[in-house]
Amino acid sequence: MEYHAARHNVPLLSEANEEQDCCHIVEEPDFDWDLFPSSMRRMEGPPIPSISEPSVARHYTQLSQMNFGVDVGMYPLGSCTMKYNPKVSESLAAHAGIVRLHPREPEAATQGILRILYELQLMLAEIGGVPEVSLQPAAGAHGEFLGMRLVRAYFDDIGEDRNQVLLPDTSHGTNPASAVMSGYEVLEVPSKEGTVDLDALEKAVSDRTAAFMLTNPNTLGLFEHDVLEIARILHDKGALLYYDGANLNAIMGRVRPGDMNYDIVHFNLHKTFATPHGGGGPGSGPVGVTEELAKYLPVPMVAREESVYYLDYDRPDSIGKVRSFVGSTGVLLRAYTYIRLMGGDGLRRAAELSVLNSNYLAHRLKDHYPMPYGSLRKHEFVLSGSSMKDKGLRTLDVAKRLIDHGFHPPTIYFPLLVEEALMIEPTETESRRDLDAFADAMIKIAEEAEANPQLLRDAPMKAPVGRVDEVYGARNPVYCWQDMEKGG
Amino acid sequence: MQYLPNESMVDAMLEEMGLTSIDALYADVPESVRIDGLKLPPGMPEQEVAAEVEGLLSDNVTTQDFLSFLGGGMYDHYVPATVPALAGRAEFYTSYTPYQPETSQGMLQAMFEYQSLVCAITGMDVSNISMYDGATALAEAALMAVRVTRKEKVVVPVAMDPEKRSVLGNYLYGAGIEVVDVDYHPDTGQLNRDLLVRAVDEDTAAVYIENPNYFGCLEETLVDIKDDLGKTLLMVGTNPVALGILRPPADFGADIVVGDGQPLGNPLNYGGPTLGFFATRRSYTRQMPGRIIGLTKDADGNRAFHMALQTREQHIRRSKATSNICTNENLNALAFAIHLATVGKGGLVRMAQASANRAHSLARAIDAIEGFKAPLFGSSFFNEFVVGTDHEVGELTAAMLMEDIFLGVPLTRDFPDLGEAFMLATTERHTGADLDDLAVALKAFHDGASNWFAGGDL
Ligand SMILES: Cc1ncc(COP(=O)(O)O)c(C=O)c1O
Repeated sequence: MEYHAARHNVPLLSEANEEQDCCHIVEEPDFDWDLFPSSMRRMEGPPIPSISEPSVARHYTQLSQMNFGVDVGMYPLGSCTMKYNPKVSESLAAHAGIVRLHPREPEAATQGILRILYELQLMLAEIGGVPEVSLQPAAGAHGEFLGMRLVRAYFDDIGEDRNQVLLPDTSHGTNPASAVMSGYEVLEVPSKEGTVDLDALEKAVSDRTAAFMLTNPNTLGLFEHDVLEIARILHDKGALLYYDGANLNAIMGRVRPGDMNYDIVHFNLHKTFATPHGGGGPGSGPVGVTEELAKYLPVPMVAREESVYYLDYDRPDSIGKVRSFVGSTGVLLRAYTYIRLMGGDGLRRAAELSVLNSNYLAHRLKDHYPMPYGSLRKHEFVLSGSSMKDKGLRTLDVAKRLIDHGFHPPTIYFPLLVEEALMIEPTETESRRDLDAFADAMIKIAEEAEANPQLLRDAPMKAPVGRVDEVYGARNPVYCWQDMEKGG
Repeated sequence: MQYLPNESMVDAMLEEMGLTSIDALYADVPESVRIDGLKLPPGMPEQEVAAEVEGLLSDNVTTQDFLSFLGGGMYDHYVPATVPALAGRAEFYTSYTPYQPETSQGMLQAMFEYQSLVCAITGMDVSNISMYDGATALAEAALMAVRVTRKEKVVVPVAMDPEKRSVLGNYLYGAGIEVVDVDYHPDTGQLNRDLLVRAVDEDTAAVYIENPNYFGCLEETLVDIKDDLGKTLLMVGTNPVALGILRPPADFGADIVVGDGQPLGNPLNYGGPTLGFFATRRSYTRQMPGRIIGLTKDADGNRAFHMALQTREQHIRRSKATSNICTNENLNALAFAIHLATVGKGGLVRMAQASANRAHSLARAIDAIEGFKAPLFGSSFFNEFVVGTDHEVGELTAAMLMEDIFLGVPLTRDFPDLGEAFMLATTERHTGADLDDLAVALKAFHDGASNWFAGGDL
């Protein structure tokens, strides 16, 4: 049997309007419009469709069948750590003890969740090798933003005016964007053989440098082996070293960012700690820092005195807040559950097997696709689709053809350093059988590219829709069904 | 280990690669920083973890256990059963950003519909598929207003959640954007329009008005404020449920509309995850932060959806992106959309009417009790209102806890000008009996306190 995704013709909600009367919410027979000034009343409810529950259920179930997730098949999206999400985390996150818990309840009523959050702060601090961790940021990029805000707080405090943030040319797009949002100018440092070029770094660092943002292992899947030297170069010039934790999964329990002399560390809980990616979010991006920077962390921190947990707002040097309340608690609870399931040894083992899986897959593919930069990989590796150029094929075609073979494509065209990049991160939760099936599919596609390149150009044929025309969408912008009704 | 399928194949896989140990895979890590392991408790079987975590969660006292009138930005609305059942489908929640549209059509269509629903309730032209929460949505709106106008000041009300104000300040700090805070009328709790208009000058990128505001009051000044703003943009913050019965911000000339989408489809979850919604005028589409889903077609001419205008985003534009946001609150946006799809227009109106009605009944009941004034302000309100009291709010809150009641949000610390005051919020979940229970408890407290006082030290 061959893979084929479900194809449904699902009407838009606006096309499915059944003019149903709502029966989910109690009726309000004697509503008094005079409670509101006439200038503000909306007498006719907003134009949203009214659909019966069976039709709603079918609508979303059919849509879900046209969506590929980790539970459907291998999803080796490089840099995103699409590992399996334990089901028990989902069932615990549905417990009324969190679902119906209001963030403004008095602490006496929330001791259970505060204890979980407190312990999570400590566990992440141990994993990151840093003394204090804030759980507040909502995602990795939000952690970066907080990190840059802390950098600013620190230099403001010591009275130094530094306006530059450095990053390697392999850095993720969120890094420069976060630095700029925090008012910094960014300067790219070139790589040499895939890792930071120390000479170039030395030249770039000056007394205007506030920080260097460095993912490790980097986005090529290479460990930045000179990291201690890098830290020394930065620290000698009074600058700080920032750890983008997107790739922590490769090294957990083997080496810690804090021990590598990073000053600020973010964790990406939706990657490393197995919380679901939700089709694009929610995530969570806690930030850990050195002793020196801890006083600037956002409020509240979760604290304990004797055996009582509380929210500590009494931190006079804190920068304040970067989002409402404590953080994405539902996500934090899942990460806590995962760490308790795995334990210290399990986390280390997960890292090891993610690296094993990645190297195994790279080994199986290295004779079939160009693989620039190094041989020893961490949790991910980058291939190039450039060898198919003479057939008029691109990496995009390989990606689309993978869909027909039942896989989610890898990250493509990133990192920018590799021409026609295919960035593959299998994660530790893929079985050898699935790794082999993926390798077989990639090899098959390389053969198809030789024998029948049209197959790649026409791909995908077994997805819910054929190749999507991005140009047409760009030329004919339609961003809501109201645009369609206007004849957009 | 139940999540590591290759544990029994490690040696075979290593051998195939010509390696002898896992350690060889870490040969490039400097020896001086290698560790032997983490000082964390050992892993446990699922059964034990579940029991322990359930035990801790059961220690929490929830809004299901106690009668709660807490609001202040998060509201305990009824979430239809369709929401967890459908958003909980693993095809949805175990997927990620739809970089490959062909294999992500389901979520893409659902997000296109989400955008359309946000446009329907706010009246705006375009919506993205979410920001982290209401506070960061406001911060991103301010940054966008600065980009659009190339001006460097924003004007905001004092009557806003101090935490949201802090988030805004942090987002604008690095860019050196000035924030001016405009006070409210002590009698109405509404924005002082004269002060607002005076605060706006030619350097002002935008003003921000919340309707309802943090105190729950409707900001009637919003209706024609645009007349006084000239080229300054109008950013409106709102509660999506209120838009069931309140005119949409677009009617008042809003340029950007933001808010926390939590009241629809998203339970309290001790503060998150929620979603920030963000909508604007069509002419500003290219300046928007975050992801936007567009309609297009596939190679055969069939309807298809994709991520549109990606050249605004960090993964393409890097340092010149409109925002750093990557991972957003997609699943929460899906829950928001499923909630609206389930209850439809009539259901949203019912939610709004019931939430407002309960609050007004409650205010009348409390105002009748000696020692309380409700609402404290003489303006219209939606589902939340401020109560002034002769009692010390801390004591009152503690006393209500003894009655299994979460009183509401205390305001005395953040807004000392109000004296002893707190806010109460209601939703369609509250019954008439719930409102009576609170009124009875407050009256008993007042009577008890004054009896005790009258009785001296007897
Ligand atoms: C290397 C790297 N850094 C940062 C990020 C941003 O993280 P998030 O999407 O959680 O904001 C990502 C993820 O997409 C990443 O891969």
